[in-house]
Amino acid sequence: MIITIASGKGGTGKTTIATNLAAALEGPVQFLDCDVEEPNAHLFLKPEIQRSYEFQLEVPEIDLEKCTFCGKCQDICQFNAIAVLPETALTFPELCHSCGGCFLVCPEDAVRSQTRAIGLVEVGYRENIRFVHGRLRVGEAMAPPLIRRVKAEAKPDGLTIIDAPPGTSCPVVTTLWGSDGVLLVTEPTPFGLYDLKLAVGAVRELQLPMGLVINRADLGDRRVHDYAAWEHIPILLEIPFDRQAAKAYARGRVLVEEFPEWRDMMLTLFDNLQKTFGQPEQN
Amino acid sequence: MTEINEIVVLSGKGGTGKTSIVGALAALVPDKVLCDADVDAADLHLLLSPEVLERHDFTAGHKAAIDPELCLKCGDCLNWCRFHAISDDLVINPLLCEGCGVCFHLCPARAVRFPDNHCGEWYISRTRFGPLVHARLGIAEENSGKLVTLVRGEARRLAEVDHRPFILTDGPPGIGCPVISSLGNAQAVLLVAEPTVSGKHDLQRVAALADHFRLPVLVLVNKADLHWQAAREIEQFCADRGYPFLGHLPFDPDFTRAQVEGKTIIEYNNKRLQALLTEIWEHLRSEIDNLRRQSP
Repeated sequence: MIITIASGKGGTGKTTIATNLAAALEGPVQFLDCDVEEPNAHLFLKPEIQRSYEFQLEVPEIDLEKCTFCGKCQDICQFNAIAVLPETALTFPELCHSCGGCFLVCPEDAVRSQTRAIGLVEVGYRENIRFVHGRLRVGEAMAPPLIRRVKAEAKPDGLTIIDAPPGTSCPVVTTLWGSDGVLLVTEPTPFGLYDLKLAVGAVRELQLPMGLVINRADLGDRRVHDYAAWEHIPILLEIPFDRQAAKAYARGRVLVEEFPEWRDMMLTLFDNLQKTFGQPEQN
Repeated sequence: MTEINEIVVLSGKGGTGKTSIVGALAALVPDKVLCDADVDAADLHLLLSPEVLERHDFTAGHKAAIDPELCLKCGDCLNWCRFHAISDDLVINPLLCEGCGVCFHLCPARAVRFPDNHCGEWYISRTRFGPLVHARLGIAEENSGKLVTLVRGEARRLAEVDHRPFILTDGPPGIGCPVISSLGNAQAVLLVAEPTVSGKHDLQRVAALADHFRLPVLVLVNKADLHWQAAREIEQFCADRGYPFLGHLPFDPDFTRAQVEGKTIIEYNNKRLQALLTEIWEHLRSEIDNLRRQSP
């Protein structure tokens, strides 16, 4: 089962829920941090990294000896990554989406395969957790290929928990794709509600089942609760604001190791997740 | 011509209080255009209750679709597509389509259509603190970077027309495509940091991004009392890197209470936060004056 922890709004507690859920469980679990722009889960889980590599995207390089400057590669490229001039051809690897079109259209076999590193993939362990994350290079725009690479590192069986990036655009869709269920973490504020509605829209586009965690449930108002009831989205857990827990989070602590009530909350959440996502055929 | 100073507010990590701070500055900064560049999950309008004056479609890129009437079922496109967007029965999933056009250009039966992709809307609005340029990216859409560039360009155009010296831009979280698009031509990048292990980590990455583009960085810490030691470490990090440090703000549930009422914190009755934020704005303004004097 693949459970993805997401939220429209950032800072609602995605990483807190994802890391503590994984750490509360007894059995083996895979943890994928797909927030490759700002990966944070390792700061809490502190996995021992056993394997790490640069992830390379395939990009074109033009062999000017063979190139006849026909311009077919420039015409197929939707991302302006190739400019063909009368007597030379330029490539802009940082704009390339690695679709492979230029290799396919070149009649002279003049487009050579080059690679460009866009980020680091690290795989490690912590007790019951197999951990994978990606770290996008600073200055690099394209997160989705690295997210796909992180997901490709997952073993297909067992329980997988994915920590998603914030928002609702392409990095989030890339992360959510293939999940069995989505746990949306929100807070009961106007910003939380507005961004929750966007996230719900994205999850519905993907036709995935979802549940809700309301974090800092006692700060704000009741509109998120009313919205969840109206939309028939099950609330799987409510967490009151707790300054002690916030302080422990600030210091990088795993809350289930310090607060017994957090362990209980995470185990309850896991039961509710299994009931919500585990038996989809039963209704 | 008026010199235009665009201040882009970023944080790397989400939820550090970027939009609440931009809301406060909206109430304090005179003669500005407001710009919400977090087009993926825009929230600034929830504090500013904008009256929309202009609404425009945003179209960028293309999405491919196979016409089953023309398709010869050769399956070549399935092999070409590197984004796994084409199913075994040769239907393209628009959510996975990258818009690269390989199938469209190479289909031997010319069975692939490649229409323009309408992926959002953008608006020019009136608010009690001045004009606001904002946008709404369609759900699960791409091209957020292009939409960020578009709303920032419109904000600059409005500032030029109205002779407004400031643009205040609420940026997106992260360090990827839309964040990079929010940086070009900015006069200063204001980073709202959070004194947590994740807040420090993310601050360092977004600061490195601003350095990469050679933009001046200014920093303030929000929720400082959650972890004073980390707040001081961030202050020291700024001193080491030469980033002007604008101050510490406390964790205060009044930010949430003001938000629930659709107000900025400056319009809410909290004298302490008003005083702290006024000081931060004065400090920010003098730093911007310094930057102006240093640059030709």
